[in-house]
Amino acid sequence: MTEAPKTAQQMAEQREISISQFFEKNRHLLGYDNKIKALLTIVKEGVDNALDATEEARILPEIYVKVEELEKEKYKIIIKDNGPGILKKHIPNVFGKLLYGSKFHRLKQGRGQQGIGISGCVLYSQLTTGEPTIIHSSIGDGKTLKYTLKIDVKSNEPKILSEETTEDGDNKWHGVQITFIAEGLYREHKQSVLEFLKQVAIANPYAAIIFDSPNGRMEFKRSASTLPIEAKEIQPHLDGVEVGILSRMLHETKARTCASFFATEFSRIGKLTADSICKLAAVDPKISPRKITQEDVVKLSKATKEVKLTRPPTDCLSPLGNELIESGLKKELSPEWISALSRPPSVYRGWPFQIEVGIAYGGSITEPAVMRFANKVPLLYQQGDCAITKAAMAVDWKRYGVPGDKLPEGPVAIFIHMASVWVPFTSESKEAVSSYDEILREIKLALQDCARRLSLYLSSMRKAELIAEKKQTFEKYAHETAVAIEELTGVPAKKTKETIMKLVELKWGEIIAEEQAEDNSNGVNGSQKEEVDENGGEEE
Amino acid sequence: MVERKSSIETYSMTPKEDLIKLAKEVLVQIDKFENPDIKLPIRALSNIYFDEKYNLIRLGGKMSHRTYLNVAHTRKFMQTLMVAAECKKIIDQGVTISIRDLYYALKRTIPETKENTFEEQEESDPILEDIEAALNTLRERLHLKADRKGYLAGPLMINDSGDEIDGSRMGSSGWAIPSNVEPEIIKLDNRADFVLVIEKDAVWQRLNEDKFWKKHNCIIITGKGQPDRGTRRIVNRLHSEFKLPIYVLTDADPWGYYIYSVIKQGSINLSFLSDRLGTPEAKFIGLTTADVKKYKIASNVTIKLNQGDIKRTNEMMNYVWFKPKEWQAELKSMLELGIKLELEALSSKGIKFISETYLPDKISKKDFLP
Repeated sequence: MTEAPKTAQQMAEQREISISQFFEKNRHLLGYDNKIKALLTIVKEGVDNALDATEEARILPEIYVKVEELEKEKYKIIIKDNGPGILKKHIPNVFGKLLYGSKFHRLKQGRGQQGIGISGCVLYSQLTTGEPTIIHSSIGDGKTLKYTLKIDVKSNEPKILSEETTEDGDNKWHGVQITFIAEGLYREHKQSVLEFLKQVAIANPYAAIIFDSPNGRMEFKRSASTLPIEAKEIQPHLDGVEVGILSRMLHETKARTCASFFATEFSRIGKLTADSICKLAAVDPKISPRKITQEDVVKLSKATKEVKLTRPPTDCLSPLGNELIESGLKKELSPEWISALSRPPSVYRGWPFQIEVGIAYGGSITEPAVMRFANKVPLLYQQGDCAITKAAMAVDWKRYGVPGDKLPEGPVAIFIHMASVWVPFTSESKEAVSSYDEILREIKLALQDCARRLSLYLSSMRKAELIAEKKQTFEKYAHETAVAIEELTGVPAKKTKETIMKLVELKWGEIIAEEQAEDNSNGVNGSQKEEVDENGGEEE
Repeated sequence: MVERKSSIETYSMTPKEDLIKLAKEVLVQIDKFENPDIKLPIRALSNIYFDEKYNLIRLGGKMSHRTYLNVAHTRKFMQTLMVAAECKKIIDQGVTISIRDLYYALKRTIPETKENTFEEQEESDPILEDIEAALNTLRERLHLKADRKGYLAGPLMINDSGDEIDGSRMGSSGWAIPSNVEPEIIKLDNRADFVLVIEKDAVWQRLNEDKFWKKHNCIIITGKGQPDRGTRRIVNRLHSEFKLPIYVLTDADPWGYYIYSVIKQGSINLSFLSDRLGTPEAKFIGLTTADVKKYKIASNVTIKLNQGDIKRTNEMMNYVWFKPKEWQAELKSMLELGIKLELEALSSKGIKFISETYLPDKISKKDFLP
């Protein structure tokens, strides 16, 4: 029996699938590889959205998370925030349609950027338990909207099961509360909901988070009451814009001349720079962008590399800043030493980004940790594939007095945050940052700078230990010295020993001061040596 | 012969009181909350000088300060007082102990540590020397003695605390020279014409077996390498009390030459004792590199100088007491020939060559180095 060949028409129909159908089959791409991770992904998407919404509305976030085991491997997950709420007309699409949202097309730093996170959770819930997702939302007008919905997988459209409005009465609130019922498995290890929330608390110390886990309530208190500076939308930056993108933009632009195209479509390009790019490429600055040949696009692209470009504006980024980083690390880790620093903004492929790092040492930290963050969101998976890990491993930690083969060992927690209008994740599940040279370099520089500070601290600690040892030396020989003096003079050893101890205490300040003075003057080991027999070993 | 000042009276005769004074001075400083400081003469090359009048190495006036509040000193500070206390104790008990006994008597674990007061005898020996130098006394007066090392044979009558000993009737072993040979214990009655001091015990035994001392009416002494205090003191006494010429026989290498210089001028380490331990009139009989030619010694029994030998020879050329032109010439010749020679090399000329040819020849020709 032979099969009849398919027509082109038939094949085209077969390929037409909705995005929802696609993710129904490829849910690992959204972070639902296994039951433990699925639970984390749902919490993560909910919390990301809550933080984005509150921050954008300039509200200090208060977030409530609940994970409740309904039956074996079936959980109810609630995420509630105090954000501005969602307008009624948007609610069905935000939750019931994949790839809905305006964030994808804009250049502004935020946690979500694709429009598939939260609707992915709705999809996963209905796929694993058949249960719809319940959304409560209020914009603070005294009314709460309640939607019960699913996603129509075939059409990638919301399917509303019920919709009701209740009056809040005296108990007014604004924000969103989402309730999922999904398959999962709750654990408390390194890649768990608990660890995720702890790291969220570190990177967002202005947020108050309450977590009701199956094992009890956990509170992450707010340690800062200022939000990070607000991110602004920007145009792309010329640095790193490749030929293909340039070509597409030339055809889509509303600019009438080549020069004005550069001056209006890109950030930080003035008329002068635009003209010199045209001049360098030997392209008429007055020519219409649509008439530029492919050959000239290549020349223009080359010319953009040769002109001196102003850095992209930094107000499109929302870095945490040293204070917030230190505040977050301090409250969650209680280290004995802490330092944070931000690199100046930089650019990869035309996207501005900024690296911030923090190092916390000692105190209640007992084991080493490298905490990765992208736009304030903790990254818990695919550590090995991530540019952040790779850059941290490229630092020669031993040089800074920190033991460890590639990554530090001992009580060192490293915080690394990449803020960008577009974080280059290696996949849709947003677990690892791609290894662009510029990103690797910035992270490495930041870590080296911070590690230098740590090494200063560590060496001062060692110095202090040496000084303590010195004092012990004076104290441990006191007893035998006093006993010998008693044999020789009859003065009781107990009395002499006490006097020696008192002498050490009295002279201690002087000894340390001398020590430091010697250190400053010659840097070599302090105590002068007795002259020794240069002719050693001659006698008896 | 140069007249030398008699040394014995210049040493402290009240060591116990001096030990107590040392501790009292420390105590006074502690009570005033001052950093206690024990002043000690520096026993090193930087603080010795060559006394050209008496041809002796002498201790200079530089003092080191051993202070309690200096981590590099604290342990030694404690040890100094411990040794002082132990010396006072044995003086009180009227016993004499060895310097090894002293080490064990003081070795104990410091309370609440894993550290010992003394880890090895090499720690306590120099501390004792420090005290001897600081108090200007002798270890023997502190009731301490070292192991015997030297041997002697020849026509010498010895009275050791009343026991009569005949140096010519000691058989093959010889008389073991005690640590303390001060006149109040050891009295000597000499019948010999000269003294031969030999670096190596094996060569001493050869000469004793050959009855060299009988044939030449001399006393043969060995210090078995670098001679100890007792051996040097007896050499010193044989010369100063009986005007005996002293001849020294060592290997022809820098170490042998240095042994000779210690017998003659004293040592850097014990420079405070040079008056009693040095014998400036001693003469060097051999071996020298010149002997190779003079006695037709086969070149295959000479040994090539190694790096250490060359370095040491160069150092010694700069010592004042090796400045006489004969010694400069010998050291230079050694470097030029690049060889050294052991005493046993003379056996290549026959077992009795040393006693029947070499030494008589040298003595009769007065072929010495100063």
